[in-house]
Amino acid sequence: MKALIKSFVETYGPAGSEEQIRSLIEAEISGHVDEVRTDALGNLIAVKKGDGSGIKVMLAAHMDEIGLIVTHIDDKGFLRFNSVGGVSPHVLLGQRVIFGNGVVGAVGAEKLDHIKDLRLDKMYIDIGADSKGEAEERVRVGHTCAIHRFMDDLGSRVVSKAMDDRIACAVLVEALKRIDGTPHDVYFVFTVQEEVGLRGARTAAYSIDPDLGIAIDVTRTGDTPESITMDVRLGGGAAIKVKDSSMITHPKVKRLLADTAEAGGIPYQFEVLEHGGTDAGAIHLSRQGVPSGTISIPCRYIHTPTEMIDMGDVKACVDLVVAVLSEPIDI
Amino acid sequence: MDNREFLRSLVQEAGISGYEDRVADIVADELGRLAGDVRRDKLGNVIALKRGSGPEPRVKVMVAAHMDEIGLMVTKIEDRGFIRFTTVGGVDQRTLPGQEVVVHGEQPLVGIIGVKPPHLLSPEERQKAMKMEELFIDVGLNEEEARKVIRVGDLISLRRDLVELDGSFVAGKALDDRAGVTVLRQCLEDLNRLDHRADLYAVATVQEEVGLRGAIVSTYGISPDIGIAIDVCHGDMPGVSPEDTSEMGKGPALALGGNVHPKVRERLVAAAGELNINIQTEVAPGATGTDAWAMQVVRAGVPTAVVSIPQRYMHTSVETLSLADVKAAGRLLAYFVALVDEGIREELKWL
Amino acid sequence: MAIKALDILPKLSEAPGISGREEEVRNILREIVGDHVDELKGDTLGNLIAYKQGTASGDRIKVMIAAHMDEVGLMVSAIEKNGLLKFKKVGGIDDRVLVSKTVFVGPQRLPGVIGAKAIHLQKPAERKKVIEYKQLYIDLGFTSKEEAEKKVSLGDPVVFATEFANFGKGLVKGKAFDDRVGCALLAQVLQDSYPFDLYGVFTVQEEVGLRGAVVSAYAVEPDIGIALEGTTCADIPESKPHGHATTLGGGPAISLMDRTSIGNKRLIETLMRLAEREGIPYQFRRTTAGGNDAGPIHMSKAGRPAVTLSVPCRYIHSPVSVIDTEDLANAGRLLKVFLDELGKGGVEL
Repeated sequence: MKALIKSFVETYGPAGSEEQIRSLIEAEISGHVDEVRTDALGNLIAVKKGDGSGIKVMLAAHMDEIGLIVTHIDDKGFLRFNSVGGVSPHVLLGQRVIFGNGVVGAVGAEKLDHIKDLRLDKMYIDIGADSKGEAEERVRVGHTCAIHRFMDDLGSRVVSKAMDDRIACAVLVEALKRIDGTPHDVYFVFTVQEEVGLRGARTAAYSIDPDLGIAIDVTRTGDTPESITMDVRLGGGAAIKVKDSSMITHPKVKRLLADTAEAGGIPYQFEVLEHGGTDAGAIHLSRQGVPSGTISIPCRYIHTPTEMIDMGDVKACVDLVVAVLSEPIDI
Repeated sequence: MDNREFLRSLVQEAGISGYEDRVADIVADELGRLAGDVRRDKLGNVIALKRGSGPEPRVKVMVAAHMDEIGLMVTKIEDRGFIRFTTVGGVDQRTLPGQEVVVHGEQPLVGIIGVKPPHLLSPEERQKAMKMEELFIDVGLNEEEARKVIRVGDLISLRRDLVELDGSFVAGKALDDRAGVTVLRQCLEDLNRLDHRADLYAVATVQEEVGLRGAIVSTYGISPDIGIAIDVCHGDMPGVSPEDTSEMGKGPALALGGNVHPKVRERLVAAAGELNINIQTEVAPGATGTDAWAMQVVRAGVPTAVVSIPQRYMHTSVETLSLADVKAAGRLLAYFVALVDEGIREELKWL
Repeated sequence: MAIKALDILPKLSEAPGISGREEEVRNILREIVGDHVDELKGDTLGNLIAYKQGTASGDRIKVMIAAHMDEVGLMVSAIEKNGLLKFKKVGGIDDRVLVSKTVFVGPQRLPGVIGAKAIHLQKPAERKKVIEYKQLYIDLGFTSKEEAEKKVSLGDPVVFATEFANFGKGLVKGKAFDDRVGCALLAQVLQDSYPFDLYGVFTVQEEVGLRGAVVSAYAVEPDIGIALEGTTCADIPESKPHGHATTLGGGPAISLMDRTSIGNKRLIETLMRLAEREGIPYQFRRTTAGGNDAGPIHMSKAGRPAVTLSVPCRYIHSPVSVIDTEDLANAGRLLKVFLDELGKGGVEL
């Protein structure tokens, strides 16, 4: 599975420019599902039909990663930008970025009196061009870039940019391949534009109109030095979300996930995230309401180039998804 | 059961956003009894339907009050059994130190939000408001014992019974918006004595405090012709400009602004005039901060209005209001509904 | 009578229409476009929906073009004992543009002023602080609450008293160019016929949350959406080049991304291609701040492609804004060419 994760996290795909990662995922799942389509916003929707005795389940993992969008190219060939999704200027300093066409750039900053004055509008990207004309041969205003970083395998843990949320895409792909006979009609949705407002999930949920929604996303941990207060840790198993800013997990869904984990001996932990949301936030408010929840992969250093996950937790998440879908569901 | 008893029974229960079940049961019983028909939707909204006498397709009036309250949620159990928590909805952390709570674990446990004694505080410390991260709950158990009963994600509610103040005034937690739910009760009771052609959907919504979520989905399911939110608004008190408040005990406040359809408001004003109910005006240039903000833009749109009960000390455990205002609002709404007939669809048009 | 955006802009600009009180603007637009469209409807929130059935036989796509009728302004929130009025803001207004301005209050358009303490009466330290809107009053010349209450009510809309006029070279000044320029362009477009079904939606309450677009997009369910806006143009001293967003005279601005939508890339490329082909100057809206009706339009129900085209406006959300009439004309040209291409099936959706 590490090879799958590596191919996913290292692929370019900031919110709004998910074409490359979508093609990769589509190639990976073809042959394993009954139907595949891409909708108006770019969501990849794959369906595995059940035997007719179950319900309609929508699973969502977002394909998009955070990035930057070029808003201005100055006379000397430096690029000014805004963020696509939540990008912290301090994390960006000293990073390299990569555009969809492969052009690489370095992030620089204006002279500052104090580092706490650092803001995105005081920074720029240097692609090594000497003039506006030279820069424009390679990059244009409106182009987006992602962090340029490869995955590193630390053994039981793996670190890369875009674990948020490519690790969940990998979990869904693994689950999708493993499921063999389910009573439910399962919609595996690889959503777009989650990082800019859960947008893909909103339109996909409307068109699918599911009975149950489960998002798979990363969540923070409280297991690093002087960390935020949060009782989620790497190695603690699949995190069953109770609440975040976008959703309070439906109590029945929380129970379904916890009971399924207990019954299957799957390690799990409960998760409360103070700031942050997932696709389930959009799904649960669709139409007349959809009981929803989120299975989270604990992840350190979210929205940095060094997002770190635990392979045991990943396995637990895959196991949990498969286990939930294998049995009848009473929601 | 009268309004006071109903309200007391509601505020005694814990019904924090997302976990309104126990309050919903009480509400469904009483509203269902008065309306004749009651159901719960997928997110737990209680929808009571009192059918009108008009011919199908009848005009649908939806009146909504939220039954959820703000509260807290366990984020961590620390060594020595102290509980760390986060907020559910807009809780002012300055109201928490020294507050008694109930931690809803396997069993309900009484807890105290502890504070350092003044003897051990420096003068500087005492000048600064406490931060949420510094607060903790003491349930009187050690870590091992606590972990047997409590888990991350468990809800924590404030301990406060209804306080009977002078005359019609009462105080307590969650009057925002269980008082509004009581208005629904009064409305249904009055409507049982009036003829009405329109269908009334009296909805006790969930999760208003975390984003008007119950209103979004319940309105989608009902698809009403008119939607009115019953909530609380700020009552006058020292230190707050009069233009931001309404007077206590002087009747419900009707919002005025983009979130309110002028014709719906006009009819509410007319109904108040006929009943001799004093009403006040709440100028709302944008969002009203009520379920009506969500209701107005569901599907192809809903003509909405807001009726509010003046209340002091919102989002504290000593919210204070007058049951006379609650009763007046209920009567007003019943009369409004009774005056709605098929012609209103034309009347609501802008062109 | 042919509809020309620049001809109808003065009347549209001067008409009062804060979010939730767009009736005068709606009435003006009804008159202008009424004879040119098949159907004019008002929906639940007061959006004005102008429908033109397409000329093509068989299946036709639905195109929705939106421009918002509402402007930012103020609302009377209290009438004081001395006859002065307190107010609240409707939409986003910087407090610092309010002081020492003239306004019109209520449907009767009573003239008033937002006064400030005379400089003689101020301490030096005071002059460094922003005067918050809560400290300001509107003075209509009444000397008592009773007097004021005869002519003014709580909730009365208040707009800046700005006259539309020619300005500088080829520029015009006026209030509410955001988004009366969009309304003017939409009205202009509605005089022609198209193979596809066209829904020209003059929306309400955009400035307080894109509200009109949410419900109208739901009802119309278009295949493609276009938002027409008057957008921020900060090409002024005190602003670095990369902070200008747009440049006056640089042509209509195509939005790349803002807080409520990422512009559909194919539609953006089509606009660029057509502009270059026809020799129409254009630029990009070089900021991601702000949002507009394209947000709810592209996200409604199962989603659809949408794009935003704007006329650069200096000083939006303040009493006086400025546009370049060439930018307005070019926006009209580009929009027309785009719709023609759409009609020929030359735009991939």
